Amino acid sequence: MIGPLHMLGDLADPSKHQEDLEIEGVAPDTLVSWLRSMLSIRMVEQHLAAMRREGVIGGPVHLGIGQEAVAVGVSEFLSPSDMVFGAHRSHAHLLALGGSIHGLFAEVLGRDTGLSRGMGGSMHLWDQPNGFYGSVPIVAGTVPLAVGAGLASKLRGDPNISVSYLGDGAVEEGGVQESLNLARVLGARVLFVVENNLFSSHMHISLRQPSDSTARFAAAHDITSEVVDGNDVVAVAGAAERLVGRIRRGEGPAFLEAVTYRWLGHVDWREDIDVGVARSAVDVALWKARDPLARLERAMVTAGLWSGEMRRKAASELETEIASAWGRAAADPWPPSSALLDRVYARRAGSR
Amino acid sequence: MSGGVIHNYGTAIRSAFEYLLDRYPEVFILGQGLWSPWYVGNTMTDLDKRFGRDRIIDTPVSELATTGAGVGAALAGMRPIVIHPRMDFMLYAMDAIVNQAAKWSHMVGGQAHSGVTIRAIINRGGEQGAQHSQALHAWFAHIPGLRVVMPATVADARDLLIASVCCPDPVVYIDDRWLYELTAELPPIEERDLALEGPRMVNEGSDLTLVGSGFSTELALRAARQLAEEGVSCDVIDLRVLNPLDPGLIVKSVTKTGRLLAIDGGWRTCGMAAEVLALVSERVPPGALGARPARLTLPDAPAPTSRVLEELYYPSVRSVRDAALKVLAGGTLD
Repeated sequence: MIGPLHMLGDLADPSKHQEDLEIEGVAPDTLVSWLRSMLSIRMVEQHLAAMRREGVIGGPVHLGIGQEAVAVGVSEFLSPSDMVFGAHRSHAHLLALGGSIHGLFAEVLGRDTGLSRGMGGSMHLWDQPNGFYGSVPIVAGTVPLAVGAGLASKLRGDPNISVSYLGDGAVEEGGVQESLNLARVLGARVLFVVENNLFSSHMHISLRQPSDSTARFAAAHDITSEVVDGNDVVAVAGAAERLVGRIRRGEGPAFLEAVTYRWLGHVDWREDIDVGVARSAVDVALWKARDPLARLERAMVTAGLWSGEMRRKAASELETEIASAWGRAAADPWPPSSALLDRVYARRAGSR
Repeated sequence: MSGGVIHNYGTAIRSAFEYLLDRYPEVFILGQGLWSPWYVGNTMTDLDKRFGRDRIIDTPVSELATTGAGVGAALAGMRPIVIHPRMDFMLYAMDAIVNQAAKWSHMVGGQAHSGVTIRAIINRGGEQGAQHSQALHAWFAHIPGLRVVMPATVADARDLLIASVCCPDPVVYIDDRWLYELTAELPPIEERDLALEGPRMVNEGSDLTLVGSGFSTELALRAARQLAEEGVSCDVIDLRVLNPLDPGLIVKSVTKTGRLLAIDGGWRTCGMAAEVLALVSERVPPGALGARPARLTLPDAPAPTSRVLEELYYPSVRSVRDAALKVLAGGTLD
């Protein structure tokens, strides 16, 4: 059990945990699938960073390069009938569930073919057919919503769960504390996943909280929790499997804290090493060496499951897919002008 | 009406809950005080005993998480009703209502809607003061994506609640404790489509148009009865659905009478009465107005506690009647 003064220790130290992942016991197909998924998410986000830098994308994009292992590890145990809620940095949450790259690109470009039909952009994503119920940029805005979705499952007696992705900044919102308590008291079938990347938009967690571990809030609300290296997809998946299983069995909500780091700044393509406190070029370099993708890849090469040639081939195929999806999205139609008013309500007043 | 059931405003609300809980397994209710006899008057008495405490959930003191949970449960296919026994405390829940519920449909391209119903009770007077008295319907009516409903009659208390819960959009349903003693004989329930409901003429006249919502409609009706005895005949329009607001009936009436008095239990500045005056000034033909339109509202001050100040603060039948006569005489209310 995590106590109130629990600290992350080594997990928050980028000079630690740089070793290859321990992959023994994980099925080779699963490892290959995780690797491909993480590579795909990273390349999609690198493409978005480049397009934003060039000014092709009009709105802000919050990129999670370096955090890919969290969504990939958690999504392994989710199905399209589960209900996932995200926040401002949610491209990976959506893509890890099988979301369409073209749909994401078209959305970011404001096209009618986008996942949110061009009404949401990067910060308001929707892909319910794949279990992604929505993301919004108000910090912690979807956390109570996920509790309600998990309560719906409990009331219906179905095995579906909801997932609430939030960050270490979000736990400072009062609504998160209310939500943890409410979920516990009502037995909502919800998994809280805190991607603790140690930073709010610009401030290190040490300047915002007395402890760098957010799992202490789970302890305070008597919610089962695990704390893992979020740059270790095997560790994330192991914890997710245990916690998701508990929730599906009706044993109440659960809480996963995955410690990670975003390579880029809060928003767009820059590294933001000149803002905030304790986000130095040295730290960024150390965290890049703790790369969730490279650590998995090296371990798989050692185990004979992967090779440089396979990597080149996979990357080349993804490049083609990304270029094709982007090209199609950029040529897709804009939303009709009627979308401005027609989508406010399920039906406009006075019409059937 | 023969064969009807006698209800007061409070038991009419309770009968709507019973109907909904009986008919729709996906309906459940959450909020504070639902297992207590003294939070919500007679509007929910023993619902927990009849339908079980899984579906009638008395929650922790957490307005934001409770309301947000209602928004999320609706996205997950349920028809939740969130109860705020006093509107003032609901301000903790503004993110869930304004940022999430109201905007969801538009943000996701109309592919999903949060059909949550948020019931907010106006509970004022009795020397309760600034934080136990607010009527904030105009705030919510300002927000695209929310449907805002204020029943002024016993029938609407029941029927608009059912329509709200059956509506796929988020609805803020606002009832008023000052109306709970109204009684009427109600016909059997017929479900209505909230998107087709709007302002209604509740009294017909020719000299002056009175417009109100919720308790203000009741004041307008009582004042109209008194004015009738004094030889003044009034159209009285009950707004019923404050957002989206259909201006047609109001414009038609004021075009006929040439005179408008809007009455509102909220504040003056950017309030519901201001909206009524604005839509009339935009739409009524030039020359149709025989007098300056006027509004009778709360003064722009928080609710006082002292009884003497309370009497000054709230509109009354008397103040509506006096204001109407001033408008008819061509004066202003300031």
